[in-house]
Amino acid sequence: MHELGIVVRVIDMVEQAARENGVSKVVGLDLEVGEVSTVVPDYFRDCFEWAIKRTDYMRECELNLVVVQGTSYCRDCKRTYRTTEYGKSCPYCGGYNTYLVTGRDVTVRDIRVV
Amino acid sequence: MDQVRVIELKESVFADNDAEADRVRAEMRARGQFLLNVMSSPGSGKTTTLTGLINALKGEYRIGVMEADIDGAVDTDEIIRSTGARAIQLHTGGMCHLDAGMTRTGLESLETQGLDLLFLENVGNLVCPAEFDTGASANAVILSVPEGDDKPLKYPLMFEKADVVILNKIDVLPYFDFDEDKFETYLRRRNASCDVVKVSAKTGEGIDVLANWVRRRVEAWRG
Repeated sequence: MHELGIVVRVIDMVEQAARENGVSKVVGLDLEVGEVSTVVPDYFRDCFEWAIKRTDYMRECELNLVVVQGTSYCRDCKRTYRTTEYGKSCPYCGGYNTYLVTGRDVTVRDIRVV
Repeated sequence: MDQVRVIELKESVFADNDAEADRVRAEMRARGQFLLNVMSSPGSGKTTTLTGLINALKGEYRIGVMEADIDGAVDTDEIIRSTGARAIQLHTGGMCHLDAGMTRTGLESLETQGLDLLFLENVGNLVCPAEFDTGASANAVILSVPEGDDKPLKYPLMFEKADVVILNKIDVLPYFDFDEDKFETYLRRRNASCDVVKVSAKTGEGIDVLANWVRRRVEAWRG
């Protein structure tokens, strides 16, 4: 829903890293997107393609978007399960004493530069 | 051919905002200022509830309000007209939520010196505002009766983030199929510890209870 805002933040982070490292351009970006981060990968790609045209270093940057699975942990069963299938309720005991472990974040893993 | 090399960053996109939010919170705490972030869907009664709340508290606190919307200034005009509180309008320029950087900008333009209680009326939306820490001291979520008792199931994160859930428009309960027990059950699946206050911003019922909740939180915040 707010892909453009996140694209802008990602670009800021990458452009800053590019400046600090004195590179001439960024040709690739590995980005991890959590399955329950509410970022829709297709929308993100569209916004990204639009936004990099307006950057200093990233005009030819290829985006490699990797989706990170959402997993949750049940404090009662001490087991993990797939968040997108079961949500907040544990599939083993039906309880709600659970919390999200992975899948909410968006992380800039690394960039390829020349 | 230029040599391609890899620079590892491993930086979280949200970490930046979380760090900024913690700074905003710490600075406000040091100044003895309490900021309540009010979130809800459009039309649930954020402005009317805030108006009632401010009128109940304005004798005790010096109050400021930041109204966040995509466009327009109707809420700010209304708050100033009906409470006399210092208020400013923040335009998110199409963004569906506020983040900590925007909160800081808002606080600077509001000139909070001399104020001790601040309200942030977030963009009307039950999704995105929950995902960005604004730097507020506490989060309030308003749900109104016509929206239905099942909303905690549909918007889990919003209800997880709430310190208080305000059930508004209780004056129209007889006309809607809103089941208060179901609402409580669904809410507790998302949030076992938040407070629940039932009000009618229109009739004023329950606003005194909500004002007491704010007083207790402000006292605890100041230590």
